[in-house]
Amino acid sequence: MSAVLLHVDGLVKRFGGLTATDHVHIEVRTGEVHALIGPNGAGKTTLIHQISGAIAPDKGRIRFDGVDVTELPIHRRVLFGLARSYQITSVFKRLSVLDNVALAVQACDGRGRRFWRAASAERARYDEAAGVAERVGLGGRLGHVAGLLAHGEQRQLEVGLALATRPKLVLLDEPMAGMGPDESERMVALLQSLRGAATLLLVEHDMNAVFRLADRVSTLVSGKVIACGTSDEIRNHPEVKRAYLGDEAEEAAA
Amino acid sequence: MTRIASGAHLVARPIEAERAAERVGGLLDHSLLSRASLPLLVLLAALPAVAGAFNETFYVGVASRILIFALAATSLNLILGFGGMVSFGHAAFVGIGAYAVGILMNAGVATAWIAWPVAMLASALFALLIGAVSLRTKGVYFIMITLAFAQMLYYLMVSLKAYGGEDGLSLSARSSLGLGLDLGSEATFYYVVLLLVMATIVVVQRLLNARFGHALQAIRENEARMAAIGFPVYRHKLIAFTVAGAMAGLAGALLANQSGFVSPALLQWSQSGMLMIMVILGGVGQLYGGVAGAVVFLLLEEVLAARTIHWQFGLGAALLAVVLLAPNGLMGLRRKRGAQ
Repeated sequence: MSAVLLHVDGLVKRFGGLTATDHVHIEVRTGEVHALIGPNGAGKTTLIHQISGAIAPDKGRIRFDGVDVTELPIHRRVLFGLARSYQITSVFKRLSVLDNVALAVQACDGRGRRFWRAASAERARYDEAAGVAERVGLGGRLGHVAGLLAHGEQRQLEVGLALATRPKLVLLDEPMAGMGPDESERMVALLQSLRGAATLLLVEHDMNAVFRLADRVSTLVSGKVIACGTSDEIRNHPEVKRAYLGDEAEEAAA
Repeated sequence: MTRIASGAHLVARPIEAERAAERVGGLLDHSLLSRASLPLLVLLAALPAVAGAFNETFYVGVASRILIFALAATSLNLILGFGGMVSFGHAAFVGIGAYAVGILMNAGVATAWIAWPVAMLASALFALLIGAVSLRTKGVYFIMITLAFAQMLYYLMVSLKAYGGEDGLSLSARSSLGLGLDLGSEATFYYVVLLLVMATIVVVQRLLNARFGHALQAIRENEARMAAIGFPVYRHKLIAFTVAGAMAGLAGALLANQSGFVSPALLQWSQSGMLMIMVILGGVGQLYGGVAGAVVFLLLEEVLAARTIHWQFGLGAALLAVVLLAPNGLMGLRRKRGAQ
């Protein structure tokens, strides 16, 4: 069994009377695809926000790659290799695809700020950015303005921005949100291709995709992790079926 | 699904205009030269000679004043236009620079080589302190807090009787430059101002096209995402705010020299508002936006004020026309036409 890359321990987040994250304990192992599932309002995105550093937990610790990152701001965590994508597409809409990715490369290539030399002349950085764009299937769209891309392509860029930061772990918040079947299929293929290159913590509602991709699945209900196991274990877990998968089956039947 | 599709449609429309920028560094890079810049430069260089030939040397002073405001507006554009920080207290940094020169002059330090760098440093220091607090807020709160700081400094200068209080300070002479140059001569002063404005624009352009400027502009585009791809957003904004403060301080030092007088009115909110209008008029986030805005604003003021005491009415109408017809400012208009 491989080492634990991300260790979330006793995490608590309250919003007024609502406990959105209730003593959550999750371990993500190096190299695995770990899915996080649960009904709407279970606190999946809130958890991702805390792991990425967008919001601070009330209690608990987050250890990443041997470092306690609980107190670190979001941008410092990225430099440690902890990147994220957003459920609601958040790219630089007025910039080209290449500029989008090149910015993400810039933050993390270790060459720091520069105040005088022309940034566009940095061939190596733009080459690396073009490589990342190619990898997420946007190789033919480098010069296109991001805001004009099709929805699915913007979602691919969304993932590309996270990948360009040379991450060890990528937090993917519903990468298939709002996608049609073809686009979803392309995203599943993209995520499959990342296996081995980066560890993934994936929030997703598309159960078909989850069970195809995930090595292990954690189920979150009302802020609590009620089950964690392999796809098969989760599929047949009585509590998970009652709290979540059952709903889906009923919805599908209706 | 439908909701998402229609949302995408809504955001796509204003972006059409940016299609011209579909190349590496499109929106992020800014060109120093355009077809108009060389003839304009020749015109500016020849201005004192031409004015002298027509016996209208008065206009050399007017031109110096316009260039100084072009410098101040350019410094504001660096944070407002390129950094997305709507600072409503920029006149404070101009005022601090001006007071630094005035106070040093009264203390017997007349050399520009000391007074002007001190003015820039003082303004930069105040910008650093004010920015460090203000940049923790966003949106309308940022506008209000920068305004509040500027007004505090305004009232501070009003209450400092040692430096003239409300009446301000008169400068006994212009700063001395040495090198055989006499800043008392309008033409010499004009050329020094022109040189400094050009140097500032080069510095701003290099800054914008460098890694730092790319990051700054991307922060304007999407601040949350910049943090999420590893940029220390606050630090970038604070550096830009401080640099802009230093440049405004230089403008203030020159303004004190140009008018031979400093007063709290330099720091007042209406001055900050005027700089903001210049930037909006000329083009928010356009390299020459501050320059174009200062030229048009002050020339309009000059022309209209000579004809009617209600010149502000005309100025308001002009501003309204620009905002309605050219929402990207005058320089934005030029860019759009060039793209067609």
